[in-house]
Amino acid sequence: MNNTPTLLNSGPLPHESCASPIIVTQRLTKSFGDLVALDELSLEIATGELFGLLGPNGAGKTTLISILATILPATLGKASVCGYDVWHDQAAVRRSIGIVFQDPSLDDELTGQENLDFHGRLYGLDARTRAVRIDEVLNLVDLQDRRRDLVKTYSGGMRRRLEIARGLMHRPKVLFLDEPTLGLDPQTRRKIWNYIRGLKESYGTTIILTTHYMDEADQLCSRVAIIDHGKIVAMESPANLKASLGGDLVELETSEIHPEFGETMRNSDQVTHVSAQDGHVVLTVTNGESFIPRVFETAQSLGMEISSVSVRKPNLEDVFIKLTGREIREETVAEPKERIRLYMWRRRK
Amino acid sequence: MNAWPAIYTLWLREVKRFIRNRSRLIGSMALPVLFLVVLGSGFGGFFRYRNDVSYIEFIGPGIIGMTLLFSSMFGGMNVLWDKQFGFLKEILVAPVGRMAIMTGKTAGTVTTSMVRALVLLVAMLAGGVVKFHVAGLLLTLVFMCLISAAFVSLGIALASWMTDIHGFQLIMNFVIMPVFFLSGALFPLENLPWWLNILTLINPLTYGVDGIRFALGGPYRFHPLLDLAILSGFWFITTLVGAFMFRRMYA
Repeated sequence: MNNTPTLLNSGPLPHESCASPIIVTQRLTKSFGDLVALDELSLEIATGELFGLLGPNGAGKTTLISILATILPATLGKASVCGYDVWHDQAAVRRSIGIVFQDPSLDDELTGQENLDFHGRLYGLDARTRAVRIDEVLNLVDLQDRRRDLVKTYSGGMRRRLEIARGLMHRPKVLFLDEPTLGLDPQTRRKIWNYIRGLKESYGTTIILTTHYMDEADQLCSRVAIIDHGKIVAMESPANLKASLGGDLVELETSEIHPEFGETMRNSDQVTHVSAQDGHVVLTVTNGESFIPRVFETAQSLGMEISSVSVRKPNLEDVFIKLTGREIREETVAEPKERIRLYMWRRRK
Repeated sequence: MNAWPAIYTLWLREVKRFIRNRSRLIGSMALPVLFLVVLGSGFGGFFRYRNDVSYIEFIGPGIIGMTLLFSSMFGGMNVLWDKQFGFLKEILVAPVGRMAIMTGKTAGTVTTSMVRALVLLVAMLAGGVVKFHVAGLLLTLVFMCLISAAFVSLGIALASWMTDIHGFQLIMNFVIMPVFFLSGALFPLENLPWWLNILTLINPLTYGVDGIRFALGGPYRFHPLLDLAILSGFWFITTLVGAFMFRRMYA
């Protein structure tokens, strides 16, 4: 599969173009007290990429985005956006980026249109440009008919769409989307995915999104960095990441696993990985479908009973499990965030 | 980047929210009107400041000070709500200086506080509670603006220092109410015990209310230039502190 970032030049590009790579971090480190949120993280993102930061909550995704967006100082290391240092050229970086935060950041007491207008004014757009852009971005996210309603009457999905629209008002070269579909229903998520793809196609905006939804990264991103404990554990296209597992996953349930079964499977040249636990066996196999008869033959000869079997293509979740030995779980959310909050609070006292 | 568009933008937001929210406007006017009318007539029956000054005439300027104190402090502390509901992030990540943000926010809140206080002032002029003359009215406006700007900055400073809205009640009980009660807005300060007297003398609102009393032809205590100097000094300090605190605030 194609792993090189695509450079798009269709549509009106932001006024001045940036040199590629558009984002560079060098050994970027951020610690909150004794909690290391980012651990010497280095990456490069090319202009026009739709880049995904994938990892469990608390992995450091939001911290990375906050540093790149100049709202959090790094402890050590360097980062630049469009060639501007994120700490020393804050104003230049801020003009180049748009950001959609994980938590809502709209003014409820203003209308959708007024929120956009406010944003346009803050970014120094003149009245005519604001009017044109407001129309344009509202069309993009299908909110034209609700533009004069107060934001407090909007649903969660509509708010998120409005925030994405707002992030585009000033035509940023880089757009950060922090968990853009968190907590939204599947239909709305799919819609937002379409808008995100649309952005890349119409403006060639470089998009960096964080997510802990595997399917989201898989569906949208041209390249994904899997982050765990503040470190990048893999950085590839989703297809390559999945291919790195070395085949399809054959999962079978059995009452008990014969000791020789695993051995025999492992010795087969089609099998690249075997894991077994409590009667649940996962085989990583090239050409999974054609391997199933062999599984049954072996089981039968050993007197093992197989109650169910399935073959599926690996997904990013499997990649994550293989790389980190854990599943991406939502339970890990509160702890690091709470610690960061506490740390900030203590430090200010 | 030129700071004026950003200042104007933040001013505009305050004004828009003010105009839009009728119930908040009515709610914020209800308390001063209640104090003026109910306290004014309730105590007015058996209390006069001097033979020529009725109680309602005495508290009139005090109620203007109270309106400014409450709406300015609440307005400044609104930053905390913006923080709670995330909107502050949108502002802080924009290519706009912190000072422009604070200036715009202050200008907007001073405007909306002044509108409230002016409505009261006009009602008092119409009702004969305070005396009208042009120079006095201009001086009143100066005092009103100073009071408002100083307490907006104080509100912003406190809001920047606090992490969440839970501290709000604390500020209400330990800053806003004592400042109000010990400002001479409701009762004369001449005969207080010495320790309360000290508190009233370090209370900046005392000089604000006294200044307005002078400007509206009421019974004043200090020289108006002293009022003006102390209030300006307070405004200067709160602006510096507010700017310092707001600068180092993270959303």
